[in-house]
Amino acid sequence: MKRTFSRIAFGALACVLVSAADAATLRFANQGDALSMDPHMHNEAVLLSLTGNVYESLTGRGRKFETTPELATDWKQTAPTVWRFNLRKGVKFHDGTPFTADDVIFSFERARGEGSDVKVYVSAIKEIRKVDAHAIDIVTTDPFLILPQTVSRWYVMSKSWCEKNNATRPADVRKGGENYATLRANGTGPFMLKSREPGVRTVFTANPDWWGKVEHNVTEAIFTPIGNDATRVAALVSGEIDMMDPLPLQDVPRVQSNPNLKVMQSPELRTIFLGMDQKRDELLHSNIKGRNPFKDVRVRRAFYQAIDIEAIRTRIMRGVSTPTGLMVAPDTQGFAPELNKRLPYDLEAAKKLMAEAGYPSGFEVGMNCPNDRYVNDSEICQAIAAMLAKIGVKVNLVAESKSLFFPKVIGRNVSFYLAGWTPASQDSHNALFAVMSTPGEGAQGQFNGGAYSNPRLDELTRKIGAENDTARRNAMIAEAFKIHQDDIGHIPLHQQPITWGMKKTVEMVQLPDNFLYMRWVMVK
Amino acid sequence: MLAFCIRRIAQAAVVMLVVGLIAFALFRFVGDPVVFMLGQDATPQDRARMSAELGLDQPFHLQYARFVGRALHGEFGLSLRQLRPVSTLFRERLPATLELAIAAALFALAVGIPMGVYAALRRRSWLTQAFLVLSLAGVALPTFLIGILLILVFAVQLGWLPSFGRGETVALGAWSTGLLTASGLKALILPAITLGLYQMTLIMRLTRAEMLEVLRTDYIRFARARGLTDRAVYFRHGLYNTLVPVITIAGLQLGSIIAFAIITETVFQWPGMGLLFIQSVMFADVPVMAAYLCLIALVFVVINFVVDLLYHVVDPRLRLELAAAR
Repeated sequence: MKRTFSRIAFGALACVLVSAADAATLRFANQGDALSMDPHMHNEAVLLSLTGNVYESLTGRGRKFETTPELATDWKQTAPTVWRFNLRKGVKFHDGTPFTADDVIFSFERARGEGSDVKVYVSAIKEIRKVDAHAIDIVTTDPFLILPQTVSRWYVMSKSWCEKNNATRPADVRKGGENYATLRANGTGPFMLKSREPGVRTVFTANPDWWGKVEHNVTEAIFTPIGNDATRVAALVSGEIDMMDPLPLQDVPRVQSNPNLKVMQSPELRTIFLGMDQKRDELLHSNIKGRNPFKDVRVRRAFYQAIDIEAIRTRIMRGVSTPTGLMVAPDTQGFAPELNKRLPYDLEAAKKLMAEAGYPSGFEVGMNCPNDRYVNDSEICQAIAAMLAKIGVKVNLVAESKSLFFPKVIGRNVSFYLAGWTPASQDSHNALFAVMSTPGEGAQGQFNGGAYSNPRLDELTRKIGAENDTARRNAMIAEAFKIHQDDIGHIPLHQQPITWGMKKTVEMVQLPDNFLYMRWVMVK
Repeated sequence: MLAFCIRRIAQAAVVMLVVGLIAFALFRFVGDPVVFMLGQDATPQDRARMSAELGLDQPFHLQYARFVGRALHGEFGLSLRQLRPVSTLFRERLPATLELAIAAALFALAVGIPMGVYAALRRRSWLTQAFLVLSLAGVALPTFLIGILLILVFAVQLGWLPSFGRGETVALGAWSTGLLTASGLKALILPAITLGLYQMTLIMRLTRAEMLEVLRTDYIRFARARGLTDRAVYFRHGLYNTLVPVITIAGLQLGSIIAFAIITETVFQWPGMGLLFIQSVMFADVPVMAAYLCLIALVFVVINFVVDLLYHVVDPRLRLELAAAR
């Protein structure tokens, strides 16, 4: 009896040891939690990143950030406004129901319907026609060249599951908040949601029936949000977690010097820039009355040339930001490398420009800045204030929480500010439209906090939105960027780094969208 | 007695209303949640519509009246951040905070009282001096620093205890407890010490002072004259009489332990109400913040009310005063 017991115990132990060798648990942390498991509820990075392991889209991203087939196997334009997508056969949702064209059409209605926050990814689509169970025609309002890229953040949900569980719309404030899909998930992706405790712990398990080629060895992944920077670093150093994002820049040397840990860094898609009020006849926050110095391009140019971007890169960003001369990052569609040159840092030139513009002894201006949104945001603003002091500009800095800061930028109640923008579609048109166009109908120019305006740029932006030829489209994007550069509509600063801290035993893929793709995680 | 209760309840209601009003007035300065709710690509029209649907565009007094009306029904609306009912969020988070607060209070009592007694009895011992220095540090060091130091030593250097979270929890009906698993108990140690340290030093100093006071009184001298053992004198006669004010203060402090848990919970990523509150502040999630502040006010009001009642039960003089007043 005793021997039998010990044999069983040994057998069980052997099983554990064997499975521990090739299977692995990934424990990772982020400073914030996804606000829901419903992939249509918020257009927010952590939510889309986490649910992107459970849900899939028609197209996805490859290891080089290229657009790859996902739930669609291939696609082509059959008319200027019609795209044929052939859907992958034999794909099953986690609850076992097969994936068909009906699910795509249902998800389209859900994503553009009431309560959805991901409308931007499907806003170009007029309708979706079912060809057969595994083929659809997507009809766009205008010719829309970047449709395959744009739909990669629009995740497909199961029609039958949503209908059965009364979750055909994202949780709606007006109808009592949460629904079945807030805490549960049923996708087609490589991972399944096992348990979800908001703000505490979210557990994923590998999907054994996934259609794709498995390139990871993670059987279980445990996600914990840890808001406090010091605690998050401590958890990594003490070995309680395998990976964390973001690693505060000041802790990078400490993690690098630890023999068990490593740092992964690369530029993000987000571009940090400065904006200036160019519309009001008198600035809201300045000692110059009766006129607006920012209306003079010489003043804007003087500000630009007074900023020592290298000092910001080396001192504040610890050598890991990527200074930029454009308002979009290199991985953005339409990026024009030949234009990515900054005006030189030149204090003498800046002083001369200020004198020519009629401000030889500078002026006072209020600057708005977030202090909890971007990497070292308020430190950058402080440095810029010190740099501008050298050309006589006295900056009155207001650094505040993002919940106070953003309403001011969107309401255009700022004179001079620092902000950042990531084109949601990963295409230049989105930046031109939301940040550089003249504020107008709907979302046009809505993040253009200084109301910079150039009619030619507006016209180009409109044309780019409906252009069906890549070469012509890119040429127009470059022209628009050139106009914006010559006007100094904004002062681009840099792309901030994505910084992950992790154990040396973990191999991951880091893309400029800062998503965590568990499908490529190898844990030794 | 009934009149007294009614008067106290009426006072409590006024306190609650004022707290709600102040909370609401403050929230006008935390920013606009709609910007975050709708994401970066929403149009101004979308934002205006959302603002109207949430009633955020209404004048202040109307919003406040609506809030009070709903709160009377125990309903605090939806969290703007998570779009889930505030009452559900509180139910999920309350067990964590209460377990932490009670563990911290027990730690403070279990360590603070013996230390205080020792310090009173052996006034010149080097250990007493050490306790007093320690208590000075406990009062002077801010909570977040103590938490970080404990994490550094016990989680990072020694690797004995976890640096964050609550470990494995077990659901007992609606209550999720971390007290039944090894990892849950281990996870409780550092946050409970961090949170309880200040109270511990307070209780230690109070016990010491009271004990010294009591030991000077006549009946202790008579007890000695009767030839009682040191143990009987110190513990049966001395400590018992010391404990009344100590327990009172400890009870009143429970409210501030729950309220101060905000910092400890943030440092240790302890998934309680305090952490929820901090996350809500960053998002300008007004319903959660308002409900949290009201709840904390309620805790204080209830504890004070109970203490007042207990005094009446314990102290006959108060009852007499009341009768005379009538």
